[in-house]
Amino acid sequence: MAGIVIDGIRKSFGAVHALEEVNLAVADGEFVALLGPSGCGKTTLLRIVAGLETRSGGRVTIGTRDVSDLPPRERGLAMVFQNYAVFPHMTVFENIAFGLRMAKADRARIDAQVARAAGLMHIEHLLGRYPGQLSGGQRQRVAVARALAVEPAVLLMDEPLSNLDALLRMEMRAELKAVLREAGTTTIYVTHDQTEAMGLADRIAVMHGGRIEQIAPPMEVYRTPATTFVGGFVGAPPMNFVKTLAADGKVRLGGLELPCPIASGEILLGLRAEDLAPVGADSGFPFAVRVVEPLGAHILLTGETAGQTLRVVLPPEHEPRAGQTVHLAPIAGRWRWMAADSGKAIAT
Amino acid sequence: MRANAVLPYVLIAPSVLFLAAFFLYPLAQTVALSLSDADGFTFAHYARMAGDLNFKDALVNTFLLVAVVVPLQLIAALGMAQMLTKLRKGRDLVLWVWTIPLGVSDLAAGLVWLALLTDRGYLNSALFALGLIDAPTGWLSYETPVTLFFAIVLAEIWRATAIVLVILVAGLGLVPKEYDEAAQIFGATPWQRFTKITLPLLKPSIQTALTLRTVLAFEVFAVVFALGGTSFPVLVGEAYIWQFQNQNYAVASAYAVLVMAISLGATVFYLRVLRTPPEARG
Repeated sequence: MAGIVIDGIRKSFGAVHALEEVNLAVADGEFVALLGPSGCGKTTLLRIVAGLETRSGGRVTIGTRDVSDLPPRERGLAMVFQNYAVFPHMTVFENIAFGLRMAKADRARIDAQVARAAGLMHIEHLLGRYPGQLSGGQRQRVAVARALAVEPAVLLMDEPLSNLDALLRMEMRAELKAVLREAGTTTIYVTHDQTEAMGLADRIAVMHGGRIEQIAPPMEVYRTPATTFVGGFVGAPPMNFVKTLAADGKVRLGGLELPCPIASGEILLGLRAEDLAPVGADSGFPFAVRVVEPLGAHILLTGETAGQTLRVVLPPEHEPRAGQTVHLAPIAGRWRWMAADSGKAIAT
Repeated sequence: MRANAVLPYVLIAPSVLFLAAFFLYPLAQTVALSLSDADGFTFAHYARMAGDLNFKDALVNTFLLVAVVVPLQLIAALGMAQMLTKLRKGRDLVLWVWTIPLGVSDLAAGLVWLALLTDRGYLNSALFALGLIDAPTGWLSYETPVTLFFAIVLAEIWRATAIVLVILVAGLGLVPKEYDEAAQIFGATPWQRFTKITLPLLKPSIQTALTLRTVLAFEVFAVVFALGGTSFPVLVGEAYIWQFQNQNYAVASAYAVLVMAISLGATVFYLRVLRTPPEARG
């Protein structure tokens, strides 16, 4: 078992900086998700850790070994690829056994490990088949089993579920979490799907424009985003950011008065959609409902406050109509102040 | 609906007609010619072909050439294709230069190598100027069959390796790089990646390249004639001699049918040996 230290990793393609000085320490047995939109550098970072991509600067340490200059095969890791990369000319058995064969494991160990990994992924009945005879979900299971069979100290996963349909993705997510927790494998998991990152990871590293904007446990990232980008990217619907004007260390929004960390000037008030509750017309701020979407478990409202669009999630017993104005106030303590210029959170 | 069902046949009709008129018909004619004389059906022409003084030499030489040239070309083309994939810049330029010999007619290629290797050719002049030899050395006569053979092998490799290369490069382009990356991750050495991943995934391309190259190699003629004249008999050369020198079209046809049968045999051989079952395709 081994932790991973990513120390000042940089990557430039000509004049374009894909990664600038990324630092990340993954503890032994920890599951860290690299979360971000496409082009944020998350896959490049993962490939540098794997040794499949060259770096422009920085070091990668796995366990106590500096692996920065080692070829992938000497780094002691396993990887699951986005499009599975299950070898089409080998049976499922041979695919899962591949890493063990390369490591010159004896036959008894190969048989035992393949059986164990196939069992974990529930594909024992497919061992004799070729990947061409499998569905996408089954191929994905083979790719994961191939990685688990070598009992890697470190497992890298690059959008492993993104090619599966929604239902299958949810099923695999739960299974992966259980299997990896059991194995205690140190994992870096690249995804653009914030639900996946929230559900699976011990900590989430949110990436944007080649940097890590925040590294924290899922709920912390969700509740106290470090930047407006993080607040907007994590959570569905994204966090609301209301542009307000501070005066005398306070912000007024309709009948609502909140103490704020700056004396005066523009400041963003970050509010999660579900952290707002209806209040009487004499308090809170007015919210003009434009669209009502009853989603079963809750109701999603889109509307306007002070000329700015807000999304609000209410329990299903509330039934406001479009065109109606309701008064809302944030649940105590559930708001966050962000600087209007930099978008960074301001400590309160 | 009806128009759609007919359309594919309409579209392939011209090529089918073309092949029937200019390939199948002459083929049938050739077979008929080789199997008949004034009295009707006969194997006499084949007997005459097999009894000819040069027949055994031509058969052995042709097979020997194919057996030496084709494997060397496959190995060279695999190496060249792998090198091309490693190039970061100028890939197209290198590929273009390597494929120039494809544009040279085989007779012209033979003459180029003749100019290099003949008694008073460039190689002899260079060796003489360097003081390595005292007098021009002959390599291309019937007295020096080994050097003549290797001169032909060299010229053939220079001339026709690129067709194998082009097919393999196209094939490599179709193999997603993730397979190779996965092999790297799971501990394969560069050689293991080549033998366990690249080669098997390239098998359909290798099959195509080998079939094409082998069939063409059995038809080797112009390069051999340019370099060795009649000192190195080959099957198609014998067909040529029977056709134009001996004016015996029937025996020439027998040779042609024999070459075709050998080519068909080679094709069937590759189709079976290098078969990729449908379920194991990428």
